[in-house]
Amino acid sequence: MSKKSFRPDVDAPKWKGGYSPYDIIKEGTIALVVILVLTLIFAIVFGSPDEKAITVRTWSNADPIDFATTALSELNGTSTSAAYGAPYNNVPGSGQAMGPLKLEQWVGVRIPINAGKDFVISPLKSLPDQPILDQNLKTWSTASTTTQNSWLSSYGKAAAKMKVVKGQIVVNTTSAGPLPVMINDLTQMARSGALDQALVTGHGFYTTDYTKPLLFLADSGYLSNLASNQHLTGDQWGMMNETGSYPGQAWLWLYTFWYQIPPFNTSASGDALVFATMGVLSLLLLFVPFIPGLRSIPRKLKIYRLIWREHYQDSK
Amino acid sequence: MSTSEIDRQWTTRLRRRVEGKLPPEKLLPDTQPTYVSSWIYVFGIATLSSLGVVIGTGCILALRGPQWWHGSAYGHFINSMHLWSVEIFFFAMVVHLWGKFAMAAWRGGRALTWMTGVVTFLVSIGAGFTGYVSQSNFDSQWISTQAKDGINATGAGAYFNVLNLGQMLMWHIVLLPLGAIVLTGMHVLMVRIKGVVPPFEEGAEVAE
Repeated sequence: MSKKSFRPDVDAPKWKGGYSPYDIIKEGTIALVVILVLTLIFAIVFGSPDEKAITVRTWSNADPIDFATTALSELNGTSTSAAYGAPYNNVPGSGQAMGPLKLEQWVGVRIPINAGKDFVISPLKSLPDQPILDQNLKTWSTASTTTQNSWLSSYGKAAAKMKVVKGQIVVNTTSAGPLPVMINDLTQMARSGALDQALVTGHGFYTTDYTKPLLFLADSGYLSNLASNQHLTGDQWGMMNETGSYPGQAWLWLYTFWYQIPPFNTSASGDALVFATMGVLSLLLLFVPFIPGLRSIPRKLKIYRLIWREHYQDSK
Repeated sequence: MSTSEIDRQWTTRLRRRVEGKLPPEKLLPDTQPTYVSSWIYVFGIATLSSLGVVIGTGCILALRGPQWWHGSAYGHFINSMHLWSVEIFFFAMVVHLWGKFAMAAWRGGRALTWMTGVVTFLVSIGAGFTGYVSQSNFDSQWISTQAKDGINATGAGAYFNVLNLGQMLMWHIVLLPLGAIVLTGMHVLMVRIKGVVPPFEEGAEVAE
């Protein structure tokens, strides 16, 4: 290669200097032992977090009113899951976009969730020997949408003064049709632990899919309150945190950073914007060797002089 | 069988190619250029070693299944080792990455070495993330329910369902570690084939 065509950010000079002894196996063994010892020390001194998973049972017992109002929001379509859109359900105008790219909507519904049916109606139907409940469920299912909406509206208004009396959900309304019985029975089912099971057995005896109970829990105020207390919410840099004082996924700091500033934290498509930004940045990092200007940064920063200071001192 | 027929065999061709590209003295060198003398070089082997500890502790956790560590003090300790080896792995990898950036380590036909390193970093982020959502505790509940929005926004959530524990666990213990190990192997072999990038020749930019 002629000297003239040498590109300092692309080509490397041929090494004409000396060589020193290098025992790669010894170095690797020492490194492994050091890392193992460091890992042992950190594990002994700091351990690891294991905050027990919450269940629908713990949630409904700890805060039955939050549970009952969340159940209502699943039925009237105002919960996050009910109004989510793809990939869970068809909701006009829902979903995030990266400019003209509406990837979420284009992919469509692939994990079908009907919040009212999946989180409320179907679990209630699975309860055996409940004649009063069965009658109320029949009343609900045979009513017109207009009537159902009227009941939901009446119940929603009265729910502001919802109380728990002797473990029962009490709402002061006479115009909510079967809803008081349905919501109360679902709350009792949840408090017994039966709803946990009813939500995860959608695929039969064996299952490892917790999509439904997790979506239901995520609709509650209970889960986010617990997370906020553990500094885990988005505005608390939660993406890189975990419970307790552990470093968590510190390597996600840049992802988390975008969620703290506009337009990412103000846009309705904030997640899409963050992922698009990180996608572009990742591609830039990947293709640095081929991007003029970007690939010159190391040579101009001259940090390499620190790294190879012995070499440059010897060269003088 | 004629010699020419043997020469045409895929096996023969592959062996000769490997012998040419990676002779034993390159694969297991006993000398290195004198410029390879900085603490920054430690972080490459530290990344590799911590990956070994991550895989090892992960294998011990796998022996007794995903729920074991919740109810066993020994299992919890192995989980702590798994967590801290992951933390060390990412720390070492990030320092290694930025060290290599500062050296413009893609020079001299090493672009593919750089790129496999970056892809390994991205795959490792995925492996770490799927580990966090597979813990089956409060952390995994919160992280998965929050992360779904970001992943759904890309359209990938329809196929990569972070709320599906079984799917995430499989990605965490099979697909992503396999990807990370294969990519790391390729990365290390490329380093051995091409050698460590030499220092900038000061004044060379004038020549350009």
